[in-house]
Amino acid sequence: MKDIFVLIEHRRGEMRDVSVEMLCGAAGLGGAVVAVLLGKDVDAFAEKAAGYADKVLYVNDPMFENYNSEAYQKALSALIKEHNPGLVLIGNTAQGIDLAPALAVELGAPLVTDVTALEMDGDKPKPTRQFYGGKLDAHMVMKDADLYILTVREATFQAGEPSKSGEIVKVENPVKEEITYRKFLEYVEPEVGEVDITQSTLLVGVGRGIREDKNLPIVEELAKALGADLAASRAVVDAGWLPADRQVGISGKTVKPKLYLAVGISGAFQHVTGMKGSEVIVAINKDPDAPIFGIADYGIVDDLFKVVPKLTEKIKELKGL
Amino acid sequence: MNLVVCVKRVPDTAESEVHIDASGKDIDKSRLSFGINECDNYAVEEAIQIKERLGGTVTVISLGPKENDEVIRMALAKGGDEAIRLEDEAFDGGDGFAVAKALAAAIKGLEFDIVFTGALADDDGYAVVPAALGELLGVPHATYVKKVEILEDGKRAKVGRELEGGLLEFLEIELPCVLGIQTGINEPRYASFKGIKQAAKKEIAIKSAADLGLDPSEVGESGSWAVLEKFTPPVVGEMAEILEGDPEETAAKLAAILKEKGLV
Repeated sequence: MKDIFVLIEHRRGEMRDVSVEMLCGAAGLGGAVVAVLLGKDVDAFAEKAAGYADKVLYVNDPMFENYNSEAYQKALSALIKEHNPGLVLIGNTAQGIDLAPALAVELGAPLVTDVTALEMDGDKPKPTRQFYGGKLDAHMVMKDADLYILTVREATFQAGEPSKSGEIVKVENPVKEEITYRKFLEYVEPEVGEVDITQSTLLVGVGRGIREDKNLPIVEELAKALGADLAASRAVVDAGWLPADRQVGISGKTVKPKLYLAVGISGAFQHVTGMKGSEVIVAINKDPDAPIFGIADYGIVDDLFKVVPKLTEKIKELKGL
Repeated sequence: MNLVVCVKRVPDTAESEVHIDASGKDIDKSRLSFGINECDNYAVEEAIQIKERLGGTVTVISLGPKENDEVIRMALAKGGDEAIRLEDEAFDGGDGFAVAKALAAAIKGLEFDIVFTGALADDDGYAVVPAALGELLGVPHATYVKKVEILEDGKRAKVGRELEGGLLEFLEIELPCVLGIQTGINEPRYASFKGIKQAAKKEIAIKSAADLGLDPSEVGESGSWAVLEKFTPPVVGEMAEILEGDPEETAAKLAAILKEKGLV
């Protein structure tokens, strides 16, 4: 099998976990694992990647200090044409999904995004991904090609211990022209509010199932009875019912409370990523197949508008409130 | 500004049970309600707000059957001007790449400054269209966009992309471009009664693959990077212990468990 390229993702001085996960996942697929690192003075990342790869292609240039799709696409496309790998793995991240589809179009390479499991059929990947917010697994058949590209969801592969010592090859920047149509400006941190839910011991997470903001008092009462803080899924924050600093998930906070009580949250991967580390997870949802029940310890399959007020009552009784 | 917005009609499955149908490649949609894809709703609003600030037109494009007219007309009712629907059996079963090719063929004939799409679809979740469409049109793109500011010269925009953890990455991008819009960028309006009445009378131009100069093999399943072999229920770890009974009973059981665990 031909080489497997794995794009190392990093941001603001940190190499992102998905990079090592993909290097480890690629190791079992058959081809030599080549880490591709674009960055400015990130020798430490090259060394780290070398522990998991057969070779590291390292392009050190100020152009790659911060991610820019234009610079990244030009460089990757040139490296791929020169080295002719059979498979390219890119993280299914805000960076990867901004980059991979354009790269795939340019190279005429079939792409499957957000891969959650991977088998090989000879040189050809047989990826699995999810549809309908994680409610179904979709088994995909890719078109025959010489080069395949996959974007891989975080935590699809397990990061193991470093067991290789790949050669670090410093490559001259293949991008000779100026980057003109897209320019990085700055990073802006999300706003910080009154409550830091990452520090909360007990959280009641509220999701789309609450339907309207006028229904929020139902969960506020429960949170009050428990002495918990309110957290939210993306849908609730997008609707403006709770502030952004309450959002749990990929684009929000990662929380690990003693109790996460998910109310009306279906459990799409984007949310679950941010709360799966909670000690005890309880879910109340009317859909018995909601993915949240797959990670919860306890579940109630019922109408939240009936169960939550009763639960509040019972908690108050227990506390003598 | 000449603005184009691409919208998809999807089943609402967030709060509904999803059942695989007899073919194993689709779901039973008979009991599901349909509507505009969530990100696309924000994309429509963003396009209309820019038009209201700077003038111009908003062209709404959707790929799909006649039922899609419902989401197209809603976008027209909110402030869209023109509408195109891409309909052809040849488009069936296409992935994000095949869809992007059809959209690109339709958009190539238009003058545009910005093409808005949703960042990803609620049903398949491919998230391929924004970047693929930019590449196919030969213009820059950015996706997961949560802020858009057109700069004074009208030839560039300052765009904020939402990254992991809610961090925003600001960049400057040249127009024309394609922007994939993330939910929460704005507050989508409701259509007015007057708007809905006016939109009902507007013409929706229908284009087939041949009208767009596309060979059927380039689009739909045959033009896709990958096709669905089959759906299966997701592999889950250990399922939650489901508490049985009426709300009175389940609430009491849960309260007792929380107490036992020292959480109450």
